[in-house]
Amino acid sequence: MATEAHEAAAGAAAHGAGQSAGMPQLDTTTYINQIVWLLVALVVIYLVLRLVALPRIGGVLAERSSTITKDLAAAEELKQKAVAAEKAYNEALAKARDEAGKIVAKAKAEIQADLDAATAKADVEIGAKVAESEARIAEIRAGALDSVTEVAKDTAKEIIAALGGKADARSVTAAVNARLKG
Amino acid sequence: MTDVAETGFAIHPMDQFIVKPIFREIEPGTCVPAEDIYEGCIKWYEITNVTVWMALAVLAIVALMVFGSAGRATIPSRIQSVCEMIYGFIYKMVEDVTGHDGVKYFPYVMTLFLFILFSNLLGLLPMSFTTTSHVAVTVTLALLVFLGVTILGLVKNGIGFLGMFWVSSAPLALRPVLAIIEVISYFVRPVSHSIRLAGNLMAGHAVMKVFAGFASMAVISPVAVGAVTAIYGLELLVAVVQAYVFTILTCVYLKDAVGGAHH
Repeated sequence: MATEAHEAAAGAAAHGAGQSAGMPQLDTTTYINQIVWLLVALVVIYLVLRLVALPRIGGVLAERSSTITKDLAAAEELKQKAVAAEKAYNEALAKARDEAGKIVAKAKAEIQADLDAATAKADVEIGAKVAESEARIAEIRAGALDSVTEVAKDTAKEIIAALGGKADARSVTAAVNARLKG
Repeated sequence: MTDVAETGFAIHPMDQFIVKPIFREIEPGTCVPAEDIYEGCIKWYEITNVTVWMALAVLAIVALMVFGSAGRATIPSRIQSVCEMIYGFIYKMVEDVTGHDGVKYFPYVMTLFLFILFSNLLGLLPMSFTTTSHVAVTVTLALLVFLGVTILGLVKNGIGFLGMFWVSSAPLALRPVLAIIEVISYFVRPVSHSIRLAGNLMAGHAVMKVFAGFASMAVISPVAVGAVTAIYGLELLVAVVQAYVFTILTCVYLKDAVGGAHH
């Protein structure tokens, strides 16, 4: 039984390897075959990698890194442009503010000058009008005094005549003058 | 293997590593070189499971690196991102370890990394064959690196390349001893370089098979299935880490040849 099993196992191993039982790794009759096919496989892999795969992948990696470098450079440039634009904008804003201030000051000065001129002219006109009015008032007052004397004399004569007396023109005038003075 | 068979378990953890032709069956006893019987032996040009799984690794690499990058998009698709991450990872490793002069060997380092990574990962598929678990494969890979580095170093630096064995910073009396140690360690490099990769993958896959075999016993099957799941996760890590380790050691060795003989 044991011998049979032993023989069967040995037979199985021999059947596979075509040789005595043992580690298949030590079966030297298979070595040439393995080495030949290994060299074929290595040459094929080497050629495929060398001629197709590695240049392609290397190219893709190089292209990617150059693209990234370029993009970063472009971004840096754009950033600097933005900074410059902001600076220019701020400068323009400051300038505009300055100019606006100047214009306002100028306009104020002009308005002030106009105002002063107009005020002066108005003052002069008012002065002239006042003088004229005062002259006229004085005239009117003088006129009025004369009229009052006249009216008083006439009224006094009329009253005397109504009372039945005979009016002496000279005495009436004297009396009225005295009254007006009093 | 035979002891396991005698206990009644159907556990053959090493059967997954057997190299077989795809289009024929080898009759038992038809390939015994010791007795000059060669009819049943695998011919060097024969299509075997090694061929198939190496071809699948090549196809997967082409699919990822060629068709994945076909869009050439400045804003990458997901698969293109994966391509670019692998490219950037290995490129940076080569540049950091070997310096600027080593960058021209980047395609070769990339070839090694992708082949080992995809072989390891494809080997984790159920019923698959792990080409990098075979010493023949990993020794060839390591010898390519070792011979390439040695020849490159001798061509670039002439006899000065041997100066790296002469540790000029050590006391004069110690230098011959150190030179012997350095020479030994230099020639041990391809051994450790290759056995590390093959050993890791073979051990992991064999352990997974052993636990999977125990799953046929009802009492311990829950534990066995859990263990297989856990080891599978670990193997996924090992597959990637070993590809990384092999690649970075390649870069370290390459630095000796490219960076001159200053230690």
